[in-house]
Amino acid sequence: MSELAPVTGIRNRKLAMWTFIGSECMLFATLISTYMVYRGRNLIGPYPHELLNVPFITVTTFVLLMSSLCMVLALAAMQQGNRRQARFRLFLTAALGLVFLVGQFYEFNHFHHEGLGLSRNLFSSTFYILTGTHGAHVLGGVIWLSTLFLRLGSGPIDAERIETVEIAGLYWHFVDAVWIILFTLIYLLA
Amino acid sequence: MNSQPAGDRSERLDGLNARARAMGQAWKPRLAVVADWMTTVDHKKIAILYFLSGMTFLLIAGMEGQLIRVQLAQSELRILDPNLYNQLFTMHGTTMVFFAGMPLIIAYFNFVVPLQIGARDVAFPRLNMFSWWLAVFGGLFLYASVPLGSMPDGGWFAYTPLTNREYSPGRGMDFYVLALLLAGVGTIAGGVNFVVTILNLRAPGMTFMRLPLFTWMALVVSILILLAFPPFTVGLLFLLFDRNFGTHFFDAAAGADPLLWQHLFWVFGHPEVYILVLPAFGIASEVIPTFSRKGLFGYPVVVFSGVLIAFLGFGVWAHHMFAVGMGPLANSVFAGATMLIAVPTGIKIFNWIATMWGGKLRFTTPMLWAIGLVSMFIIGGLSGVMHASPPTDLQQTDTYFIVAHFHYVLIGGLVFGLFAGLYYWFPKATGKMLSDKLGKWHFWLTLAAFNITFFPMHFSGLLGMPRRTFTYPSELGLDGFNLVSTIGAGLFTVAFVPLIVNLWKTLRNGEPAGANPWGAPTLEWSTGSPPPHYNFAVVPRVQRRDPLWHPWIRPEEEEAGDHEDAGPGGVEPRLQPEVAPEPVVMPSNSWWPMVMSIGMLIATVGGLGSLETTLVGAAITLVGLFGWAFEPAFRDGAGHL
Amino acid sequence: MYRTPTDISNRALAALTGLAARRAPVSGGGGSCVEIAAVVAALAAGLGACGGPYPQSAVHPASDMAVKLDDLFDQILWWAAGVFVVVQGILFYTLFRFREKQARRRPREFHGHTLLEIGWTLVPALILVAIAVPTIRVIFEVDRPTTDENALVVEVEARRWWWEFSYPEYDLVTANEMHIPVGRTIDVRMRSADVLHSFWVPRLGGKRDVVPGRENHIWFKADSTGVFLGQCAEFCGVAHALMGFRVIVQDPSEFQEWVGASLLDAPRPTSADGRAGAGVFATSACVGCHTVRGVATAQQGFGPDLTHFGSRLTIGAGILENNVDNLVTWLDSTQHVKPGALMPEVEMSEEQLRQLARFLLEMR
Repeated sequence: MSELAPVTGIRNRKLAMWTFIGSECMLFATLISTYMVYRGRNLIGPYPHELLNVPFITVTTFVLLMSSLCMVLALAAMQQGNRRQARFRLFLTAALGLVFLVGQFYEFNHFHHEGLGLSRNLFSSTFYILTGTHGAHVLGGVIWLSTLFLRLGSGPIDAERIETVEIAGLYWHFVDAVWIILFTLIYLLA
Repeated sequence: MNSQPAGDRSERLDGLNARARAMGQAWKPRLAVVADWMTTVDHKKIAILYFLSGMTFLLIAGMEGQLIRVQLAQSELRILDPNLYNQLFTMHGTTMVFFAGMPLIIAYFNFVVPLQIGARDVAFPRLNMFSWWLAVFGGLFLYASVPLGSMPDGGWFAYTPLTNREYSPGRGMDFYVLALLLAGVGTIAGGVNFVVTILNLRAPGMTFMRLPLFTWMALVVSILILLAFPPFTVGLLFLLFDRNFGTHFFDAAAGADPLLWQHLFWVFGHPEVYILVLPAFGIASEVIPTFSRKGLFGYPVVVFSGVLIAFLGFGVWAHHMFAVGMGPLANSVFAGATMLIAVPTGIKIFNWIATMWGGKLRFTTPMLWAIGLVSMFIIGGLSGVMHASPPTDLQQTDTYFIVAHFHYVLIGGLVFGLFAGLYYWFPKATGKMLSDKLGKWHFWLTLAAFNITFFPMHFSGLLGMPRRTFTYPSELGLDGFNLVSTIGAGLFTVAFVPLIVNLWKTLRNGEPAGANPWGAPTLEWSTGSPPPHYNFAVVPRVQRRDPLWHPWIRPEEEEAGDHEDAGPGGVEPRLQPEVAPEPVVMPSNSWWPMVMSIGMLIATVGGLGSLETTLVGAAITLVGLFGWAFEPAFRDGAGHL
Repeated sequence: MYRTPTDISNRALAALTGLAARRAPVSGGGGSCVEIAAVVAALAAGLGACGGPYPQSAVHPASDMAVKLDDLFDQILWWAAGVFVVVQGILFYTLFRFREKQARRRPREFHGHTLLEIGWTLVPALILVAIAVPTIRVIFEVDRPTTDENALVVEVEARRWWWEFSYPEYDLVTANEMHIPVGRTIDVRMRSADVLHSFWVPRLGGKRDVVPGRENHIWFKADSTGVFLGQCAEFCGVAHALMGFRVIVQDPSEFQEWVGASLLDAPRPTSADGRAGAGVFATSACVGCHTVRGVATAQQGFGPDLTHFGSRLTIGAGILENNVDNLVTWLDSTQHVKPGALMPEVEMSEEQLRQLARFLLEMR
């Protein structure tokens, strides 16, 4: 069967990712709105300003941003057909994502010891669900990137695979962009 | 890279077959058929699966409605226990919206959209099957609460704080939350699938302004799904955590606002109305031109009004909340936006009438249903304007007036549209014509039953009959209206008999349909009935809207003067060759969508309180995901659709 | 008990059937659908007629607010009736005129008509403006807090599944029956003790949801005396259907009398049975939840205040007439009469129940 060119010029998988990201925007928009609507309505402590460690999160935010950079570089290496560099950069992207997750785990753990359990108050509810949902997205991305890294060990580097990496990159950049918004709203404007 | 999944599959089939042999030769072909349907990726088969599951749930929920009417036949009856009554109306609404309405419209998307745009399948055939499995598993999971005796009882709207653990301590609302989360994943996947399909798989020349109206509405609705479901998903997530992990999203005592749930629910819930109704409008826009022998009047206006309805539909959710005390300004804004929606809706109705004006109307069964839709929807639309006005809504909300209104929208709009589509496309799907006579019995009985049931509810509502009450005092003086409604509901059941008989008789020995029994203008009628697996032997090239009317049918009619239309068995241009000139490679069946959905179902079951089960489910899901990702879509790995 | 028009010629029926008794703006040309609708409506109306009068009707207003809502509804209803008749008329005329047997020639193609499109966009839009303007005016009239300084404040606390009414002005608390004076603005302020409820007395005004964590208002001025039915209108659980109440609108002097009487402690029972009942009550589980002013042991606020219970018209939040037999039934099988009620059934002998009932009824 002769393959028909996609009408939009964007191939199905990539278009699907864009569409999915559009839907994800509504998901995060709802979560973020809830957080913002409930901000300052906490009745019992601990309160955000007592707990949030802005310098620490700035570091993990930087790590996540660097992972996005690595992702860009990995795609470039793919396009040049440089398997070793592409694999290394994908590995690095996933590893930096993992570092971010470890940071988030440390933060959650620390908050928990400070008395902010999930069910403690309104802040804990909104904070954990919002950042937790984002963390789950990062985790999904790390698993995806690791798979790409492993599978790139063999086989040709063809247009198909370059596109796969590009699509994973779209997702990864989206997840990072969401974090920038969360970082600003939760930490910087606290 | 190519681990041999095709081999795996045939091994599995072999295994099944071996067992079948042991059970007796007769089972072998049947098992293979079952296995084929369980693993199919053919949009036409998936459409049938969606249709059957949706119809099953429609009948179940219909029976729940009947029980509700029996309990309300007279005042102060105690036929049903109030707990059971509350469970029944919760299940009735939830089932109708999520497990009957949604699957049925997606059934039509599946069957019609690829055929109308000249594609051989949807963009992601396996994802398509995955969506269906989740829709079914969501429904089955919800109904697993029935044998356990803990059906949800907080209403399909599940308003907090009543649905919090404190006031709904049973498992019921957990079933509700988890079932909808599970089905929601599949629905969003379906939305992605259809957006990409319609944007990318259109045949050459099928521009947006040539898209058939039904496909247009499918596109609009898919986008609505993508934008409306996530807020609801988040709301469900909050409720899940509030109920099970002690968070405080809807807990007034912790400083939260219980109304947040209503906002999240209706930000989804109102667009959901359009998700259900716009496809029915699309069907009407296909059926009416065909049987008027005349192209749709004002095509761009009809398209644009559909888009506008969808767009405005996101700005009106709070009209469900006029009584909560939002203040005069907010109420005025939402009232204005809501009334605005009446304009594009009216435009559609006028354009349908203008399409018929000057036409040559054939009152076939599908046409009757479409006309019924127009006529009944006018009633639902007008009563809608009445409670678009907040002051009058203060008297009407949560009464039977509202019940009457949305049944005119959802039965008069959606169900009439679905039946129009059923009679219209059934010949295409099966190659056999449904009996017109039985179809008309079905139509007239339904029309009568529907109006006898729901029209009196306008009166009982205005005269003080509140909603969601298992009984009402006789001093309200509403026994008469309620009795009429109950009698009508009984007739509704009877009205299904001609349909069932019709389907049964036709499937056994119906008249053959031919490619284009109605002389319809859109691409799906250019191929065989039923269409071959690959839909189109040759990918069609589209030069204009209503391609089959140009140039084949029209000039011929002109010559003949009073032309005898191509009827069942009649002569019609066959645009597609019998056999494909070159071999067509279609995607192969796959077990992985089912494996992955089973994993998600198990994880969902674990959501009722077993972390281990959830982890097992998650593991199976992951296995399914990887199996799926590494399995080539085509048996011999021959590229994409 | 209450007064409603005994005829069923309420505007809803008349206008919706298109057979309005009052001036009918129905332009001719109605098709068969109108006739069908008329038949159906007449059938419904005929059967409905057996049931009236309608004490919980939204179209028999008896207060300033209810009148405003009903007048607005009437306006919209007339527009809707007009649109209904015209559009269905055009539809059925089209169906009749262009049916297959009539059409001699091949349909003429015309794919659009700009002027027509603009026309049927503008006309509905104008009708909607005609509806929106009075709508917004009424919103601002009824939705804002009352400015009447002389308003009588009644605080409502909605609970599963009964109503508590208190009058801060008189330091008075009662349950399930709200007494108000005719002709004076009543400012109802409502709170919820548990889940969502909705305060609704259709003949006196529209609904207002009672939302946990916030105070909602509604205000109205009743224009005639009588007993008006109210009902919770937001689904609130098992006994939602049985969460009724009464609003008793009285002449100001009668109302003042009621206030005066209600402020007194519960009167002591006079009959022998009643006195025995008082003993039963004071030592029963009842006092764990209920208040009776004048009975030292009964000072709990979880259940309805029972002081002057004997003067109430109904029991169980408006579900049974208040008399000895019903009261015994209620006490003996609460969960049957009102499934889900938070009041446990008391374990007592038939005799004790009867004494208890007498005691309660004698607290007038």
